[in-house]
Amino acid sequence: MIKRSYWSLPYLIFMVVFVVLPLLLIVLYAFQDGHGHLTFANITRFFTDSDSLSTFALSIEVAIENTLICILLGYPAAWILSNRKLNRSAVTVMLFIMPMWINALMRTLATAELFSMLGFTLGKGTLLFGMVYDYIPFMIYPIYNTLMKMDNSYAEAAEDLGATPWKVFWKVTVPLSLPGVMSGVLMVFMPTVSTFAISEFLTNNKIKLFGTIIQENINSSMWNYGAALAFIMLFIIGITSLFGENKETQAEGGLI
Amino acid sequence: MKKVLAKAYLYLLLAMLYAPLLFIAVFSFTESRVLGNWTGFSTKLYSNLFTGGMNGGSSLLAAVENTLLIALIAAAISTLLGTVAAVGIFNLKGRKKQTMQFLNNIPMINPDIITGVSLFLLFVFLGFSQGYTTVVLAHVTFCTPYVVLNVLPKLAQMNPNIYEAALDLGATPGQALWKVLVPELRPGMISGFILAFTMSLDDFAVTFFTRGTIGLETLSTYIYADARKGGLTPELRPLMTIIFLIVLILLIVINMRQEKMKKQ
Repeated sequence: MIKRSYWSLPYLIFMVVFVVLPLLLIVLYAFQDGHGHLTFANITRFFTDSDSLSTFALSIEVAIENTLICILLGYPAAWILSNRKLNRSAVTVMLFIMPMWINALMRTLATAELFSMLGFTLGKGTLLFGMVYDYIPFMIYPIYNTLMKMDNSYAEAAEDLGATPWKVFWKVTVPLSLPGVMSGVLMVFMPTVSTFAISEFLTNNKIKLFGTIIQENINSSMWNYGAALAFIMLFIIGITSLFGENKETQAEGGLI
Repeated sequence: MKKVLAKAYLYLLLAMLYAPLLFIAVFSFTESRVLGNWTGFSTKLYSNLFTGGMNGGSSLLAAVENTLLIALIAAAISTLLGTVAAVGIFNLKGRKKQTMQFLNNIPMINPDIITGVSLFLLFVFLGFSQGYTTVVLAHVTFCTPYVVLNVLPKLAQMNPNIYEAALDLGATPGQALWKVLVPELRPGMISGFILAFTMSLDDFAVTFFTRGTIGLETLSTYIYADARKGGLTPELRPLMTIIFLIVLILLIVINMRQEKMKKQ
């Protein structure tokens, strides 16, 4: 056996400096005022400021709606793609995954331009549509992956035992594919809450999401309040990641 | 009937997904500065892009160059750091291993904006002046975990005795490393590198927060600034079309190679 456990040391040091320390700094700045004194003012400011609160509520709402639409549209697509009777073409699968490889800002900009050329007013409707465009590949891919890896003998057994195709789907296929749906949700929900450029493009700066107010505060040197908002977001990530599995399974296969 | 419906659904979804990109591609072949205004077929925007004519072209090409260079450097460093780390993590046990894997997961779970803001605060805190170096360091931070995850399975598949065997047969540790370990891990390193490279190309938020004020632009930050100004640089249209085609061809090639390998 190669005795090389100490090879992890450089990476450990790297992560302490570039992952752990920066996250601690968010916490530190969130609980400090401009002069470095300890304070809860930044957090209480968020909970008493109706603008921040309504932006926050809207972000969560848009993220939930986006995630649901992505599941509703994406699940059937992933199911069809994984079904050998309905689809045998690897190229079709690839076409669904390809947008993930193209710069998200580029795709969003193209979408926003198309919307405005078609004469849609940029607002909440276009925001949601555009978000679905952007994120649906990230929902389809993990669901497709779990469906492909699924052992077909379960569904066959259910069929042999007299279940109708509909029952097989709801009682066997769907429950077994839930881990895929869960990682899809992780890949869609948090990025939607935290995005800033995408929402600005799609609404022509009319609608602000949570990511935008973090960005505005940091960029106008209000680091402490910006850090407090980021801290609140970290808190939510902590909660949501408790529900889901980690992303390891997707990354292992490579995204091709 | 069921098959027709299923196919129709897939194609409808694909048409929706690709409509914006096709729209850009079509209007990259006309001169009009306003998008959606067809003023006859022309390849002028393409020549503008490459000769740097008009105002948009040259700064746009510089942004593309920065994007590629940063992605290349960051992916190379990540692959090196991540592979060494994977060997280390693979040989750890118990709580130490869990801790390393947990730390490795953090940058993947964190949204870009958290990674961006936290690194921004780090560089401010340490008094680093922000620019090229900080952007590359930031990209290495969120790319390396993917390399680690791509190399670890290769270590698990590897026969642990062949490295020892090489040493017993008189290879120096260096030779055993280059001739035995690296070839075994190469597929994982390559897919890790590709993943890191594309993650870096795709990034906007992390670059935005760590590039400082020296005027460093990548493709993403260029597009962002452009859209904020209101007028979209027309040369972006041919550029987007070209990128779209390159990605398409690359994926088709990779796909065909995989199919071939499956058949063998």
